[in-house]
Amino acid sequence: MSAHGHSAELTHEHAVGTTKLFATVWVWLLLLTIVEVYLAYLRLPVPIMITILVGLSLIKAALIISYFMHMRFERLGLFLLLIPAMVFCICMMLLMFFPDSIRLMQLRPH
Amino acid sequence: MSDTEFEGIVASPWSGGASPFAINSKKLGMWLFIISDSLTFSALLISYAYVRLETPNWPRPFEIWPAIAKSSLMTFVLLSSSLTMVLGVNAAFNGDRKKTVRYLIATIVCGIAFVAIHATEWVTLLGEKVTPWSNPFNPAAPLFGGTFFGLTGLHMLHVTIGVVYLAIIAWGFGKGKYTAEHVEVSGLYWHFVDLVWMFIFPMVYLLSVNPK
Repeated sequence: MSAHGHSAELTHEHAVGTTKLFATVWVWLLLLTIVEVYLAYLRLPVPIMITILVGLSLIKAALIISYFMHMRFERLGLFLLLIPAMVFCICMMLLMFFPDSIRLMQLRPH
Repeated sequence: MSDTEFEGIVASPWSGGASPFAINSKKLGMWLFIISDSLTFSALLISYAYVRLETPNWPRPFEIWPAIAKSSLMTFVLLSSSLTMVLGVNAAFNGDRKKTVRYLIATIVCGIAFVAIHATEWVTLLGEKVTPWSNPFNPAAPLFGGTFFGLTGLHMLHVTIGVVYLAIIAWGFGKGKYTAEHVEVSGLYWHFVDLVWMFIFPMVYLLSVNPK
């Protein structure tokens, strides 16, 4: 494993985070899910629901990426390489699709 | 040239001597795949939102019992599988092969349970004559089935591939063929599948709860 020793300094080849930390994240994810299901049970108007659900889902995604996918323990460079480009692409898709779907929604007979 | 001198020259990421992200190439490859795959799912979710917005009377057929209860249970199973996966990765880095394989098997069992519960959900809908090309709730919105089966089907395919992938990793790691890095990279894939469900569950199920 002598060849391995060198790369161990460049990459962190050891366990990150504790069982307690990951269990805490899991409990938080479950709590947020319970809130989401409860909101669906209340049958709030769809526009309010979309806003809250997307918000909560983004928090859950951030928790999964930071802790379960170890992004919090990586270099900032990896985050900067991956996430802003993805967010930009998704925003471009939203910009193209939504004005048109809202236009079609207003066109349809009431 | 002595070893320390050599290291001094190539150590800077800008000179190409060291990994700028301090990760192995497998992990970077998996991350890049995950980003491109997340855009595939975003496109599907956004196209679903598009047809839903422009279609009058989009059906909202899911009852709290059993559809929402079932899909909530599926969410719980998938979240728990993520926890066992991340603990398996930690065990792998700590060099505990037996524990790692046990955690990976727990993850695989959760994955199979997810697919099994989801399959019963599909059978119920198909029994109600909801297919990818027809919709009995509102014949004017045939795309309901298309978006539902398209989104959940692609996700189910990811879970199925993940189960096979993890089984191969568990087998190879137990035999000492694979390193902890292999386990970590398979973990990245599995957590991504979990992450996608965190968007499909509220968008497809919770927004389509029967308002009555």
